Amino acid sequence: MADQSTTAEKPGPAGPRARRTRLSPRKRQRVSRALQYLLLVAVAVFLVLRIDWNSLAQNFAKPEVAAEAWPEVITVALKNTIIYSVGGFVFAFLFGLLLALMRMSSVPPYRWLAVAYIEIFRGLPALLIFLLILFLPQALPGFQVPGDTYGQGILGLTVVGSAYMAETLRAGLQAVPKGQAEAARSLGMSHSRAMISIVIPQAVRIVIPPTTNQFVSLLKDSSLVLFLGVTSEYVELTKFGNDLASTHANATPILVVGITYLLVTIPLGYLANRLERRQGRGRR
Amino acid sequence: MKDPVAPVAHAVEIRDLHKRFGRLEVLRGIDFAVDPGQVVCVIGPSGSGKSTLLRCVNLLEQPTSGRVVLEGVELTDPDVDIDAARRRVGMVFQQFNLFPHMTALQNVMIAQRRVLRRRASEAERIAREHLAKVGVLEKASFYPAQLSGGQQQRVAIARALAMSPALMLFDEPTSALDPELVGDVLTVMRKLAEEGMTMLVVTHEMAFARDVADRVVFMDGGVIVEDGPPDQVIGSPRHERTRSFLRRVLDPTHTDV
Ligand SMILES: Nc1ncnc2c1ncn2[C@@H]1O[C@H](COP(=O)(O)OP(=O)(O)OP(=O)(O)O)[C@@H](O)[C@H]1O
Ligand SMILES: [Mg+2]
Repeated sequence: MADQSTTAEKPGPAGPRARRTRLSPRKRQRVSRALQYLLLVAVAVFLVLRIDWNSLAQNFAKPEVAAEAWPEVITVALKNTIIYSVGGFVFAFLFGLLLALMRMSSVPPYRWLAVAYIEIFRGLPALLIFLLILFLPQALPGFQVPGDTYGQGILGLTVVGSAYMAETLRAGLQAVPKGQAEAARSLGMSHSRAMISIVIPQAVRIVIPPTTNQFVSLLKDSSLVLFLGVTSEYVELTKFGNDLASTHANATPILVVGITYLLVTIPLGYLANRLERRQGRGRR
Repeated sequence: MKDPVAPVAHAVEIRDLHKRFGRLEVLRGIDFAVDPGQVVCVIGPSGSGKSTLLRCVNLLEQPTSGRVVLEGVELTDPDVDIDAARRRVGMVFQQFNLFPHMTALQNVMIAQRRVLRRRASEAERIAREHLAKVGVLEKASFYPAQLSGGQQQRVAIARALAMSPALMLFDEPTSALDPELVGDVLTVMRKLAEEGMTMLVVTHEMAFARDVADRVVFMDGGVIVEDGPPDQVIGSPRHERTRSFLRRVLDPTHTDV
């Protein structure tokens, strides 16, 4: 015993003593937290002192300019944003469902087509797709997207959204237990009848939370309509804010528009979260 | 009693049925027939191919070779309308497989409406009749998640019966149930048997097989080892494999192989 302790002294003579002088883990944690608070206060003090609050307020929160935005920010801009995103969502959902079914088809070429579409359009920036749409009339002479700018915007969002939607819906369809389709088939339903009456309705329920999130992301992507060269009646939130900001050489409208987005996106995010949690509980 | 060459129309006739999954041959030449009104119980160890056999009978699995003939119609014929053929065969699953987004009543109505194209009023009348028969009429407006396992399984039986099948397949219908709920489901099945329904039942309920079955089939390793009246197959089995299986089922603490 004694021998061992003497040999053990070699690697760490200060071992036990050093441990005594060093802080206990709990104390160390307390010190680290205090340091973090200190850093936060330091940054805050620095910002308060350095920033010209007056000019900031003048540029980002000027009441007169904010008042200018009213009521068109709601009656025109938000309304159009919602038209673009709801339209895009509906078509993306339908087209995404078609792609998901193709992706699971027993006919290989359908699968290849679906995979190609999904990979291409998930891999491209949304802006690029909008720019391509801008050139559609030139590329296909005589072709016009129906519904003017609405049609173009909705088309862009459909192309962007359907690729993601297809993958979400496929996951949803595959999450429906196999026994459901088997029970339906054993009752004499055809494959498509079993899909329509039994599998798809359950899959849709499963994908409501993720598709809510996708709607939020389409709503944000609807800002890309900005690049379509929009006349005032088709203007959505971002372009509306941007135009007004240029006329007044002031950023307040952008702040107003930002808040308007958040008024829609944050509640939707919460909703998706709640639906997801409820579903998690409802499952066996 | 067993006469495979008899010219009478069997309810279902299975000839030299083989099924393989990749390299695994699960059914290795199954021959047997069920006559109208007969109740045949299939017993056998786990993995012996009982479920696969049942699933081949209504073509949920495509047999690798062999014939399945239902009421004189060969289901394994590629030209046969398999959806139409399946209407004649009801299936009850171990996990019930009720449609969770529909009430009990809707579960029993959906195929009547969509497949048989019955009018809503008629489908509902028939659905209620069958729900009453299996003793869950008062649960008609409940969703599956609100029902006990025993109630769910009885709704599933009603759902299959509402299609007026010529043959009912049961794949371990009570295996997923709490012990105190097993009796309700077996009572319903016993009643069905008494009414003359043709039934092919995979089960581990030996008492049920003994009392209700006209014949018991013992399967092991993808073949039928023994096929005969319950008193014989369960009471005095001829084959060692059957005896050792029965010893294990009747006395689970017995652990010989
Ligand atoms: N779809 C499938 N693909 C591959 N193998 C399968 C498939 N279905 C069943 N098998 C295999 O076939 C064998 C027989 O399965 P089956 O479900 O018919 O047995 P069982 O007699 O019903 O057993 P249990 O009493 O456990 O239900 C098993 O080895 C199983 O793993
Ligand atoms: Mg089984």
